[in-house]
Amino acid sequence: MPLMTLQEAIAAHVKDGQTLALEGFTHLIPFAAGHEIIRQGRADLHLVRMTPDIIYDQMIGAGCARALTFSWGGNPGVGSLHRLRDAVEHEWPRPLRIVEHSHAGMAAAYTAGASNLPFGILRGYLGTDLPLVNPQVKSVTCPYTGEALATVPAIRPDVTIIHAQRADRSSNVLLRGILGVQKEAAMAAKHLIVTVEEVVESLDAPMNAVVLPGWTVHAVVCVPGGAYPSYAQGYYARDNAFYLAWDEVSRDRDRFRQWIDAHVLGVTDHAAFLRSVGVPSTRDAAGPGEVSA
Amino acid sequence: MTVQWTPDEMMTVAAARLLWNGCVCFVGIGLPSAAANLARLTRAPDIVLIYESGTLATRPDVLPLSIGDGELADTAVAVIPLPEVFAYWLQGGRVDVGFLGAAQIDRYGNLNSTVIGDYAHPTTRLPGSGGAPEIAVHARQIFIVLKQNARAFVPGLGFRSTAGFLEGHGARARSGISGAGPQAVITDLGVLRPAPDTDELQLVARFDGVSVDDIVKATGWPLRLADRVDVVAAPTEEEVHILRDLHARTRAAHGCRVAVPY
Repeated sequence: MPLMTLQEAIAAHVKDGQTLALEGFTHLIPFAAGHEIIRQGRADLHLVRMTPDIIYDQMIGAGCARALTFSWGGNPGVGSLHRLRDAVEHEWPRPLRIVEHSHAGMAAAYTAGASNLPFGILRGYLGTDLPLVNPQVKSVTCPYTGEALATVPAIRPDVTIIHAQRADRSSNVLLRGILGVQKEAAMAAKHLIVTVEEVVESLDAPMNAVVLPGWTVHAVVCVPGGAYPSYAQGYYARDNAFYLAWDEVSRDRDRFRQWIDAHVLGVTDHAAFLRSVGVPSTRDAAGPGEVSA
Repeated sequence: MTVQWTPDEMMTVAAARLLWNGCVCFVGIGLPSAAANLARLTRAPDIVLIYESGTLATRPDVLPLSIGDGELADTAVAVIPLPEVFAYWLQGGRVDVGFLGAAQIDRYGNLNSTVIGDYAHPTTRLPGSGGAPEIAVHARQIFIVLKQNARAFVPGLGFRSTAGFLEGHGARARSGISGAGPQAVITDLGVLRPAPDTDELQLVARFDGVSVDDIVKATGWPLRLADRVDVVAAPTEEEVHILRDLHARTRAAHGCRVAVPY
């Protein structure tokens, strides 16, 4: 039942003004879903992600976001996310409220959300100025030892979107490789959308593998290459050349707009995006319209 | 006859030499990652490298561009979820050395990687602190790699992203933070270490061809000198060749187009 097209899944579950988490720690970043959100013109979103990465740089630059909760906002190994910087430094294309954490704080906040607890606890933020600029970071006294521990409010996204390697016909989802906080973000969400590389008859998951059972998933969408230019372990590698090239594309507002117009707004689906940026296909027979399942 | 080397190479080699065989090292991306892998490929073959993406005891053949490249997962002993990295491994006390970079540092080894200027209206919005605030308090000690100039080595930080010795003079120890904090700062000019009584970073070694005066001028506060300022031994031929091979493999790998099954 929940197997649908990406257009249908975003239209059905993602609404203006929601709190939205697209997770994936450098691996399995749901780029296709982010692009579809831009195409459908969603606005006023509170975006949550440990590492905003290029996908949130694009969504912020396209005007989708009013707020961002994050813990590290750079282009990994390259430098700045220029659209994020432009939004924070110059309010372009609109002001962006930021809620800033450390990685450990974000991990604790997602874990609390998945656990239906009001807040997460950690020995964290010690000696830093982060609590001065993020009043959500507070502390609690341990009832056993008297130690002061940092607290962060649980993250409960309206919608979490993740990308995974595969799902079966019953919407059971298998993830492998670098997992980030995908499982926690998935379990913390009110609605969960998963894009996958392929839908198979049987997951054949090893015992103790990371499987999100079908009844936790509100929509499964088959989007081959859906994590590009990040990667899907066992399917394709991270396109580090794209990440390096994004630095130039994103520096300039006009060049960025042209890029979004040509490669996101100007295409109908992710396969067309991949073709438009010249990604070689390993499948000669790949044709158009592959995004729908 | 010694081999020719650049200041960047000297910095990476000097940082790599601080790591020992068997040490459990939590590695930041960029210069720390290059140094940690050079150590693994030279004098510390059994060093345990942990990247915050959850790759434990990884042995990458090429340097990762991001903290979570597939190369790190492919060559790891185990790949674990991110909350476990911070809760079980770092907070759990299983890390000997945290290896960090930053945009700015002060005389007590506190780091800024968040903003230049006012937080709400920054002149420059930097990426932020990521894993560093907790790495810096839970690892048994911290090494910092940072190019030295007066814009980076500042008398006061506008924003403290990551704790070094706080206000110095024992402030860190009194605050209850467990780890020993920054025990070495490796720059492209030399090496700084904290003075035992004040916690203030002082110059303990300079690179060959760099004068103490050059280093003082590249520091935004009146830099104190240790009783003896050593000269760091030049990189060996082996160190330079292995490092250059590593960078060459990395450049070739990062320039490859990726094909996708779509």
